[in-house]
Amino acid sequence: MMELSFEILLAGVLAGAAPLILATMGETLTEKAGVINLSLDGTILLSAMTGFAVAYETHSLVLGFLAAGVVGVLVAAVVAGAGIYLGQSQVAVGFVLTLMCRDLAYFLGNPYSRLQGPQVGLSPLPFLKDIPGVGPVLFQQNLITYASLVLIAATWAFIYRTRWGLELRAVGEHPHAAYARGINARRVQLIYALLGGFLVGLAGAAFSLCTKPGWGRPQGAEGMGWIALAIVIFGGWHPVKVALGTYLFALLQILGITFQGVLPSVPTQVFQVAPFPLMIFTLVFMHLSQRPGAERWAAKRPWLLRIIRLLRGSAPRALGQPYRQD
Amino acid sequence: MERDKGTRAKSVLGQAAAILALAFSFTTVVVLLSGEPPWAAYRYILEGSVGSWLKVAQVLKVWVPLVLCSCGLLYTFQIGLWNIGVEGQVILGAIAATAVLRWGAHWGSPTAVLLLSLLAAVGCGGLWALAAGLLKTRGGVNEIFAGLGLNFVAVGVILWLIFGPWKRPGIASMSGTEPFARELWLPTLAGWRISPYALAAAVAVLALTWWTLKYTRVGLACRAIGRNPHASYLLGLRPDRWMLIAMMLAGGLAGLAGAYQVVAVYHRLIPAISSNYGYLSLLVVMLANYRLVWIPFIAFFFAALNVGSIQLPMMLQMDSSLAGVIQGSLVLATLVVHGWARKREQAS
Repeated sequence: MMELSFEILLAGVLAGAAPLILATMGETLTEKAGVINLSLDGTILLSAMTGFAVAYETHSLVLGFLAAGVVGVLVAAVVAGAGIYLGQSQVAVGFVLTLMCRDLAYFLGNPYSRLQGPQVGLSPLPFLKDIPGVGPVLFQQNLITYASLVLIAATWAFIYRTRWGLELRAVGEHPHAAYARGINARRVQLIYALLGGFLVGLAGAAFSLCTKPGWGRPQGAEGMGWIALAIVIFGGWHPVKVALGTYLFALLQILGITFQGVLPSVPTQVFQVAPFPLMIFTLVFMHLSQRPGAERWAAKRPWLLRIIRLLRGSAPRALGQPYRQD
Repeated sequence: MERDKGTRAKSVLGQAAAILALAFSFTTVVVLLSGEPPWAAYRYILEGSVGSWLKVAQVLKVWVPLVLCSCGLLYTFQIGLWNIGVEGQVILGAIAATAVLRWGAHWGSPTAVLLLSLLAAVGCGGLWALAAGLLKTRGGVNEIFAGLGLNFVAVGVILWLIFGPWKRPGIASMSGTEPFARELWLPTLAGWRISPYALAAAVAVLALTWWTLKYTRVGLACRAIGRNPHASYLLGLRPDRWMLIAMMLAGGLAGLAGAYQVVAVYHRLIPAISSNYGYLSLLVVMLANYRLVWIPFIAFFFAALNVGSIQLPMMLQMDSSLAGVIQGSLVLATLVVHGWARKREQAS
């Protein structure tokens, strides 16, 4: 078994979770506005393929990430267009796109399979990396890891501390009321669907150009989109809790790989399943804790109350409902 | 009235033409992007699926599980549930069938053991669906996320079984468990590789589903609750109870499809036993506009695409996932065209 120190574990979790953080923050923004983009799993693969192919052809990582982001925006535009403007079920459109984008990625990415391409390198931060102990591990990461940390803070501040964030939440909770207050609810939903899509697209490129470099069938990012969707719910649609959920998942994954030596009969894929039962337990727990009897019972047990408060989070009320402006 | 019917038929035809044109041009552009000739690709898919009777038999082999799952999904769609968990229900059916075949090989005649394995699969698939249904009605978890979660749990279970307790002696690998003895295979016609029993069962399920949805209390309850759950509650129907029944029916049929994959196709348990047929069936039902009459045809078409596209990597430097692109673009085009037509109708 590998020797594990706390700093190395922390560094691994931060780096391993970085692409998923991009995706979960993007989906949090989208869902906060009341739109559910179910296509994440396909979008991540298609943008991972596009990002890798563009970076390979142009030798430019920046162009690769941009192209991946654009793919994310395009897919989100289909979800938003059919869901918000044509009134179709967002779940149905997103689900079809999940399957189709995945097949598109495999089909168009075929010539780029198993090629050696460009890769995001480490960028140690000056001065900080020289801090004894944590410095060499924590501040010798790649740019995506730093960006993911900034993004968590930025998403939180944007949603809860700006006027735009207030509008975003208003539209997600009650589009009619927001409309009556002079907010163009549909446009707000469209904007945050596209912005969320862009971040999800970047997440795809972060997989194929950094965390799991290269393209192939399978690429290795399969299932990550579904996991991101589960984590957004687990985190109760709150960016900081969602980020904690993402890090918890990354930790479980690393532990899973580490414990492979102890339990050789259990394949690593089994540990990938962990977020889903966790998500379901959280949702059931939240539901049951809202019963009056349960609340009275928990009131006498402060530790339980604290857990309930931590886990409690309610979905944006208009989530997935097409808003009819009339 | 006459004229009304005429314009309606015209608009339906127009929509169908628009859907086909959209999906076809999208797919052609995608093939052109990959730098291969689209016509050759389409021809290979056609020849590889209906070019000979042997190929048609292969297509029917895929048609059976698609029809089974799609029929089940009709119940859940009618009652207004998105049973995305159908994929996991297929997997659980396959696991249950394998369990019976492994443990019960000496319990009686092979026919009895085979029948028992099918029954176990129906039961297990139904229970797995019931879990998603209970999470929805009692646990306050949206059925989509409950179903998805249970899908991944099912994948975890099947991988654990194949790499753990049910691994082949000596080696555990993605190639699955030890194959079953020949007498535990679903009997097929000589030289056809397709089981007449399976075909007959699929047709029977189609007929039964049609009858149930049209003439029985189950169908009426599903439709009423799907249209207006609150009103049907006031009329004395219990929506949550009927939702559980619909889920169990869907899960049972999905479980049967899983058992079919084990006893008639792979003859062992493999990690990809479901072949994504659960998810694909959701597309079938959506493209059929949730109507039973179209399901056998669309399921055949989708099965033909799946089987025909196997030719692509062999004949052209292409990935077989083109089938999924065609299927997805058709359903997507349907959603867009229908939404657009409805919007225009409302505007006028």
